Amino acid sequence: MKILVCITHVPDTTSKINFVEGNSKLDTTNMQFIIGPYDDYALARGVELRDALGGTLTVLNVGTAETEPTLRKALAIGADDAIRIDAEPTDAFFVSEQIAEVAKKHNYDLILMGRESSDYNGGQVHGMVGEMLGIPSLSPVMKLDIEGSTAKMAREIEGGKEYLEANLPLVLGVQEPIAEWKIPNMKGIMTARKKPLEVIQPANPTQYTQPQQYELPAAKGACKMIAPEEAEKLIELLKTEAKVL
Amino acid sequence: MSVLVFVEVADGEVKGSSLEAVGYGAEVAKQQGTTATAIVLGTSIAADKLAALGKYGAAKVLHVADEKLNNGVIQAYVQVLAQAFEQTGAKILIVAKSSLSDAVTARLSVRLKASLASNVTDLPSTNGGFTVKKSVFTGKAFQTISLANENKIIALKKSAFSPVDSGSPAPVETFSASLSDADFGVKITKTDKITGELLLTEADLVVSGGRGLKGPENWGVILDLAKALNAATGCSKPVSDLDWRPHHEHVGQTGVKVAPNLYVAVGISGAIQHLAGVSSSKCIVVINKDPEAPFFKAADYGIVGDAFEILPKLTAAAQKLK
Ligand SMILES: Cc1cc2nc3c(=O)[nH]c(=O)nc-3n(C[C@H](O)[C@H](O)[C@H](O)COP(=O)(O)OP(=O)(O)OC[C@H]3O[C@@H](n4cnc5c(N)ncnc54)[C@H](O)[C@@H]3O)c2cc1C
Ligand SMILES: Nc1ncnc2c1ncn2[C@@H]1O[C@H](COP(=O)(O)O)[C@@H](O)[C@H]1O
Repeated sequence: MKILVCITHVPDTTSKINFVEGNSKLDTTNMQFIIGPYDDYALARGVELRDALGGTLTVLNVGTAETEPTLRKALAIGADDAIRIDAEPTDAFFVSEQIAEVAKKHNYDLILMGRESSDYNGGQVHGMVGEMLGIPSLSPVMKLDIEGSTAKMAREIEGGKEYLEANLPLVLGVQEPIAEWKIPNMKGIMTARKKPLEVIQPANPTQYTQPQQYELPAAKGACKMIAPEEAEKLIELLKTEAKVL
Repeated sequence: MSVLVFVEVADGEVKGSSLEAVGYGAEVAKQQGTTATAIVLGTSIAADKLAALGKYGAAKVLHVADEKLNNGVIQAYVQVLAQAFEQTGAKILIVAKSSLSDAVTARLSVRLKASLASNVTDLPSTNGGFTVKKSVFTGKAFQTISLANENKIIALKKSAFSPVDSGSPAPVETFSASLSDADFGVKITKTDKITGELLLTEADLVVSGGRGLKGPENWGVILDLAKALNAATGCSKPVSDLDWRPHHEHVGQTGVKVAPNLYVAVGISGAIQHLAGVSSSKCIVVINKDPEAPFFKAADYGIVGDAFEILPKLTAAAQKLK
């Protein structure tokens, strides 16, 4: 079993978002970066499957050198080796082409990603990679078991779940509760330093979208407090003042 | 060269978010000097409801009446929509963002060589190019991007556009797509879906409970208020992790993102990861016994008090409204 897990390097979920350089760039001063929360689930399930079925688990990120600590963390959690494609991940199509290019060379049985990145929230890269490789893509997958060359899965749909079966190879965007997040232990951290991390240059850089400018949402007005003994007044205010009922 | 709008059906009805997409599609078509064509897949919807899409702005409705498409089979949907896009000579595809449309539009973007923008919050700006504004960083910011390819796909964020019911019914035509077994290679073996209940992602009103409610046996107060308001119910992540409520109710960064007119948060502290899923709500009400709970900073209305005392009063007042 050859598994590829694609991870993003994103601001910690508690980060305050601000922009610099005429609102064209994220302000990363003092910002902590983490493995994308959904990607962390993909990695955790990838490690479990590799441990159960044997084979190898590679992690991949399309990003500049500053993402390497995030890749090392994934190695400490249990990936066998890492690939970094040395480019700014400016557009989902561009990122997908880079991932597909690597995947074509390695014939992975399973490519796991997060359901969406927490920065651009596109939920696009898994579908694009699936289409580029001509194999099925499914998301958001919340349960995954492999039996022989068949994947048995549950996918979240609005108001419930759908159970699915498909033959490998597959590209999946995953979410909880597919596995529990894993925390690297001391041994993992030590061995991660020696595991291979290959840096490759991007191939045919094509973008389908061109980012221009960021802006922050308008500040929220003050909260109107209602005394608990007059709680019922709230309903009246929602109807006449906020006009949402 | 019309604008094509992919319309999703749930429980035999057109989804509210898809009506928003039809209204939005009609506006985009107007900008482009053309008309909007809606396309509906599957047989779970009645003919009059198809024609009614005209009232929201569709000039024509294409119906792919194949019962194999009643479930959202991603690859097959991609095939059908790619064929419809090409045969109608469309240059722009509009969808409402959903877990199905995310999966479908990503593949279509590659197939049609189309620039894809997801989570779009406004009409495109077309003076000198074609740019759209989208929500990024899980609701914490917006980004303007340009869609330069000739073909374009726009996935509209929920509640970003208010459709108006003003036109007249549209003609419905059957559209036949050619599909092969390979398009159904992924087998759906079972579906567990609640029916007849309001979908959280579609609801205009949401009542959500957190760990402050102490246990699943106490959820009656939430359900009663939701019922009185005709609202959907949601919860915080610990609540679904503890199995007090089903996973699809979990709201936030790692759960469902909602954008209702009204979000009522009860016994939820307002962690930044929860706020990320609700920050696009029009009006937020927070009920928490701790006056220092961070959620009050993001709220429009707040009550400091015990949920078990406050909620029955709200439910009674809401029932009187009817
Ligand atoms: C990467 C990551 C992703 C996450 N994603 C999400 C997510 O998507 N969604 C999410 O919700 N969380 C998420 N979390 C968890 C989040 O950080 C919080 O832990 C969680 O939201 C807290 O849930 P809560 O407010 O229900 O519980 P608590 O923080 O325990 O708050 C309970 C609240 O109830 C109040 N209360 C207690 N009793 C009463 C009463 N009788 N009446 C009224 N109020 C009462 C308390 O004052 C308190 O404010 C994530 C965390 C991480 C690290
Ligand atoms: N720059 C990147 N490098 C590696 N994987 C990525 C990158 N961007 C996105 N992905 C993967 O694709 C998933 C979906 O991302 P997105 O389409 O941006 O929401 C993420 O959860 C990752 O698994």
